Amino acid sequence: MLAGPEIFVFSMACAILVIDLFLPARWRALCYWLAQLTLIGAALLTFKTMTGASVLTFNHMFVADNLSVLLKLAGYVLTVFVFVYSRDYLQERGIFRSEYFVLGLLGLVGTMVMASASHFLTLYLGLELMSLSLYAMIAFQRDSVVATEAAMKYFVLGAIASGMLLYGMSMLYGATGSLEIAAVARALTKISPNDVILIFGLVFVIAGTAFKLGAVPFHMWVPDVYHGAPTAVTLYVGSVPKLASFALIARLLVGGLEPLAGSWQTMLMILAVLSIAIGNIIAIAQDNIKRMLAYSSISHMGFFLLGILSASPNGYSASLFYILVYAVMSLGAFGMIILLSRSGFEAERLEDFKGLNQRSPWHAFLMLLLMLSMAGVPPTAGFYAKLLVIQSIMKVNLIPLAVAAVLLAVIGAYYYLRVIKLMYFDDATERSPIQARWDMRLLLSFNALLLVGILPWVGTLMEVCRRAIQNLA
Amino acid sequence: MDFKQLVFYFFATVLVFAASMVITVRNPVKAALFLVLAFFSAAGLWLLLQAEFLAIALVLVYVGAVMVLFLFVVMMLDINIARMREGFGEYLPIGGAVAILLVLEMAIVLNAERFGLKQMPDPGQLAADYSNTRELGRLLYTVYVYPFEIAAVILLVAIIAAIALTLRRRKDSKYQDPSRQINIDPRQRVRVVKMRSEKKI
Repeated sequence: MLAGPEIFVFSMACAILVIDLFLPARWRALCYWLAQLTLIGAALLTFKTMTGASVLTFNHMFVADNLSVLLKLAGYVLTVFVFVYSRDYLQERGIFRSEYFVLGLLGLVGTMVMASASHFLTLYLGLELMSLSLYAMIAFQRDSVVATEAAMKYFVLGAIASGMLLYGMSMLYGATGSLEIAAVARALTKISPNDVILIFGLVFVIAGTAFKLGAVPFHMWVPDVYHGAPTAVTLYVGSVPKLASFALIARLLVGGLEPLAGSWQTMLMILAVLSIAIGNIIAIAQDNIKRMLAYSSISHMGFFLLGILSASPNGYSASLFYILVYAVMSLGAFGMIILLSRSGFEAERLEDFKGLNQRSPWHAFLMLLLMLSMAGVPPTAGFYAKLLVIQSIMKVNLIPLAVAAVLLAVIGAYYYLRVIKLMYFDDATERSPIQARWDMRLLLSFNALLLVGILPWVGTLMEVCRRAIQNLA
Repeated sequence: MDFKQLVFYFFATVLVFAASMVITVRNPVKAALFLVLAFFSAAGLWLLLQAEFLAIALVLVYVGAVMVLFLFVVMMLDINIARMREGFGEYLPIGGAVAILLVLEMAIVLNAERFGLKQMPDPGQLAADYSNTRELGRLLYTVYVYPFEIAAVILLVAIIAAIALTLRRRKDSKYQDPSRQINIDPRQRVRVVKMRSEKKI
């Protein structure tokens, strides 16, 4: 049962949907617990599929290897955190409905399908499954005009991106005669890498991928979606789909199109530098923390691309490490916004973080850790993530690129440090105590402390990432 | 030029004409009807390619179901065409330039050199008893069963999303419960009040 986890999560999502129909309103929390149980069950099933080798099934359309297992497990953990953080938020705003959890689980199924895709068709369908769930989740708060607008923008741009990706895939199919990723890679060794049709297809594929990733110049949707969506959904959008983006790039560019690395390296280089520069510089001008984190995510995606564009196993594993660390940081930062919000009030302006230290020193400290890690200050996991990707591009002699990345990261440190300054050196305008359920406080503390607490095991995690990508190409 | 080629060029001309009318005609209902014509011509082209199942599916599904629904929507919605056309001239130069550039690039890449008859030979005549439907079904339920199932899941998500985003339980709706209406006891409905009759004067 290699596809057991996917089938299980999907079946449970359907079951929750039906059970919810017969539940009285006060038992609504049962859906939440069932969703959490689903994730634990799926994790157990995924452990069973772990063999260490790369096994194909469904006529070579589904692959179970180290990478798929790692991405799926990370997806479950992130989703558990997302559900815990969003529970109170949804309840206070009267949108605690089972559809949120069902769509969250189905979006996760899409991510899982992408993680185990070994065929262009499954890769694309997984992407659509995930995107469609995201569009619906963003528009979930029906009465909110900004949320509807964000969902609409995301939907239209996402559809264009899917079209581009599909068009590029069809070109590659025309040139190689196959949609199976391994077969495409084999066929490419016989064709000149400068073949016009291959490059043409590659450009479209990269443009589509960059849209989904939110890399400059295809980043326009990111700030609006992060800002417009309810924070509980932003939490989801900012974490789980990032794993899917890694799966997309790893399967498509690394697994299938590595013989064209010479071409996509240059394209990704432009995307990466622009993303880091524009993301970091525009983030400085934001006074809404959700928008600021959106621009920060654009710059992080630029760093993530650095590892990929080195086109070396070292770089790929560094990028995988980066995306995992980024997902945890993003989860913590948006979790903190949820913690400070309450019904009728969204703590989404930077001013709302003023004097957090006076209100709750512990939470101010957690936010401090999160911001330092995002800025890449040692000794946090964020520092190691940046270090690894920059090392990987230095190894392939792209020194100017590495210098530019470091300089731009220093510029980026400004707006992270500004949050810290607001928390510790400004007076609080808002003095109400922070209320949250115990499980959320506990997990949020764990989430932020993880960024420092992981340090003794950084080597192990890097080894896990290295193993995950070893049977990719 | 044999008869088959003549038919092909006929359908192709109609298709291109109808497709360009869809995007240029002002009235949305007319645009939808031109789209129907485009689907019919495309179905004709499929038939020439011996893909009779796809041709019939195109007519049945798109013309028969999707476009009728689409026409309903277009007729019901009050679309302000003047507002939709706002800024058309403003975006025309840059949009047109991008479009021309794209067409030129595609012409450079997708020419006969790579996709001509030499590279993509005629698949040849199929036997008279060859069934497209059976072959498609066989592939869809064996080799492509996994993507097929995922596509079904995507449709399910679309249904969930549509319902979750539009279903609202109105508090003031006059909802009837037929079973309660039928099982009612007449004595609960009619109250017999005993009153003294009016005094005679």
